[in-house]
Amino acid sequence: MNIDLTEQELAFQKEVQDFFANDFPKDIKDKQDKGIYLKKDDHIRWQKALYNKGWAGINWPVEHGGTGWTATQKYIYANEAAKANAPRIVPFGLTMVAPVIFTYGNDEQKQRFLPDILASNVWWCQGYSEPNAGSDLASLKTKAVRDGDHYIVNGTKTWTTLGQHADWIFCLVRTDDTGRKQQGISFLLIDMKTPGVSVHPIITIDGTHEVNEVHFEDVRVPAENLIGQEGQGWTYAKVLLTHERTGIARVAESKALLASLKRMVNSDNDQLMNMKDNAVFMTRLIEAEIELKALEYTELRVLSAVSTGKAPGPESSILKIKGTEIMQLLNELFVEVAGIYALPYVPEQYQDGFEGDTVGPRFAPKTSATYYNNRKVSIYGGTNEIQKNIISKQVLGL
Amino acid sequence: MDFSLNDIQEMMRDSASKFIQKEYDFETRRKLSKSEDGFSQKNWELFAELGWLALPIDEDQGGIGGTVLDTIILQEELGKGLVVEPYFPCILLGANLINSFASDEQKEALLGPILEGSKKITLAHSEGHSPFDISQIKTVAEKTNNGFVINGKKSVVLNAQHADELLVVARTSGNTGDKSGLSVFVVSKDHPGLSIRGYETNDGLRAGDVTFVNVTLGAEAVLGTLDDAFGPVQKVLLEGIVNLAGEAVGIMEKLVDLTGEYLRIREQFNAPIGKFQALQHRCADMFMEKEQAKSMLYFAAIETAKQNDDYEKACAMLKVRIGNAARFVGQQAVQLHGGMGVTDELSVGHYFKRLTTLNAMLGSRDYHLNELVKSA
Ligand SMILES: Cc1cc2nc3c(=O)[nH]c(=O)nc-3n(C[C@H](O)[C@H](O)[C@H](O)COP(=O)(O)OP(=O)(O)OC[C@H]3O[C@@H](n4cnc5c(N)ncnc54)[C@H](O)[C@@H]3O)c2cc1C
Repeated sequence: MNIDLTEQELAFQKEVQDFFANDFPKDIKDKQDKGIYLKKDDHIRWQKALYNKGWAGINWPVEHGGTGWTATQKYIYANEAAKANAPRIVPFGLTMVAPVIFTYGNDEQKQRFLPDILASNVWWCQGYSEPNAGSDLASLKTKAVRDGDHYIVNGTKTWTTLGQHADWIFCLVRTDDTGRKQQGISFLLIDMKTPGVSVHPIITIDGTHEVNEVHFEDVRVPAENLIGQEGQGWTYAKVLLTHERTGIARVAESKALLASLKRMVNSDNDQLMNMKDNAVFMTRLIEAEIELKALEYTELRVLSAVSTGKAPGPESSILKIKGTEIMQLLNELFVEVAGIYALPYVPEQYQDGFEGDTVGPRFAPKTSATYYNNRKVSIYGGTNEIQKNIISKQVLGL
Repeated sequence: MDFSLNDIQEMMRDSASKFIQKEYDFETRRKLSKSEDGFSQKNWELFAELGWLALPIDEDQGGIGGTVLDTIILQEELGKGLVVEPYFPCILLGANLINSFASDEQKEALLGPILEGSKKITLAHSEGHSPFDISQIKTVAEKTNNGFVINGKKSVVLNAQHADELLVVARTSGNTGDKSGLSVFVVSKDHPGLSIRGYETNDGLRAGDVTFVNVTLGAEAVLGTLDDAFGPVQKVLLEGIVNLAGEAVGIMEKLVDLTGEYLRIREQFNAPIGKFQALQHRCADMFMEKEQAKSMLYFAAIETAKQNDDYEKACAMLKVRIGNAARFVGQQAVQLHGGMGVTDELSVGHYFKRLTTLNAMLGSRDYHLNELVKSA
């Protein structure tokens, strides 16, 4: 048992730190530090900076331009990225669809899609959930009917994150509704510009436009956009979920949040309550810190098992549950620190170009928006209830 | 022992629940909230007609003479409708303070138009560093030859932008932390040197930051007696805690109902999700939290209405218990609605947001629990 970094790893850490000091676009860093909402172009520029460094494909195999990093390197990178307040990588292309394509796609598909994903030239979104297929994803109904060398797609996908920016959507569609419901599902890539695709915004409780409903009306999709075998989409999607699990605990981000929370608490801002002397609040904060440390080691144990060749098993659901619970708790503690300045709703002060005095301390009003918005993290990616079902059934055999 | 409602309380409950049902569905509320003022003056005048504005005001001032035992009943119903009209800040805080603290002349001049619905007065007590304990405030009113000069800033004053006048709590003598030496001033919102930065709040209501730069006032601007405002304001704030708790209980009732309804109709895995025992237990927990919160509400309301020795402590206990329940019920209501729970479209998220802001007002759960620990 040992978690000391080797000399090479320390050198790598230094390299990552240098990257964030020099190559992370300054204006984007500034926006992040001020809590300004990022635009599409900001995400792309930041991801291209990573790409230029050769670090865009963190979980990709080297042959496709991936980093080939060890678990420890990924851990180091994640911590430095969070410390630098870097934006999350928009996961749909780089983290979600790419592994399916490089694992199950044919050569033509790999050549056609992977380079543009790696370079963030093309924006992807994820079309799994439907109005009536959430937790029970396998009951999805969006239909793809073969017609010559095309599929004709009809149906509705929902909760499509950042679909308003997307060029492409990867979908689970039903190509057969006779057998077991998991069996007739296929994995299809659809160009969002195809006639019949329409995107309709859904506004979330923090007042932002992050998710969408995507409608498909007689959308003609070339059959060559099918990944792997017809009817195998469910299996592929499950493999993808394993990839998604890497980093799902978001430990590094929570560590950075905790550090920033402590800075707020110690800032002696005269517009805020003195929280340092509030033993009840401080108890909650320290308990969050303890829980986070435990989770960090839980994650390291899972990662180390993975690096010795074991696939992350169902026990990694613990990462999703605990990771989201801690993040949500930290969001809540920020609201507590903001005090009554958590009340004002002033989205304009978090838009690019806002100049002038903020209402309350700069960070304060946004704490509510973040707290509200992040109620999603225990809902998406398989709800925490579903994760507990997985643990109780697949780990505990109940 | 008797927890049944008296005639006035029944009347209030009926009129409020009818109003919400007939004229305040969620879409109507949404429109009001998004409108320029954020509420309807017509509704406000209706509240006057229904006697709601008069409820906590003494009978000899033209009011109904109700206590918190009466106002919480109304508040529960208003909570269920997520009512955006400024009943809490302008009546339960502002008018309430005038009623209990103002001189007879001041009551005469101020309460009439308030009860008619033609004038609004809000309470400007809170400052970012001290939203509840007014002994800590930094806004100062310095004595001059013929009056006072106010300097300072009030934070997140509810409906500041809609008030004709503000009741401004300021230090007139003594030092930070002293209970004596605090006074309340009646200041017109147009007064030179006073500026209001109004905004919407996260729960779809309105508030503003109010800045005072050499606001010069005559001695007649002092509400009630000089230097003696701590007790009366503190009492109004404690009653405020009870009243906010009433609203929170109404909201939690609604959330428990809405969530139950949703679990009965939403199907996944070929069954209503309410068939899953994990969710049944969660709902049962929500229900119990709500009931415990309600019991605490009645306890603190009775103590407060009677002004029992320990009523202050009862109010702090209430804020803690309500805070715990509101957090659990609000978060779980959203969680059990899945993705729908985090949409702006559904009312659930809006009830959740209101519960969150109620916690931050007048000292949060963490604040009051810490005070209880310190004094234990
Ligand atoms: C902000 C946001 C972004 C999202 N982004 C995307 C995206 O980009 N692409 C995409 O495809 N999807 C996305 N999703 C969808 C997400 O994956 C679903 O919301 C999630 O799977 C839950 O489905 P549901 O919302 O239909 O809730 P439901 O499945 O209806 O669940 C409602 C409640 O019932 C519980 N429940 C359901 N079944 C059981 C059970 N068997 N036992 C116990 N409890 C149960 C759930 O845990 C939940 O609390 C996103 C969702 C959100 C909120």
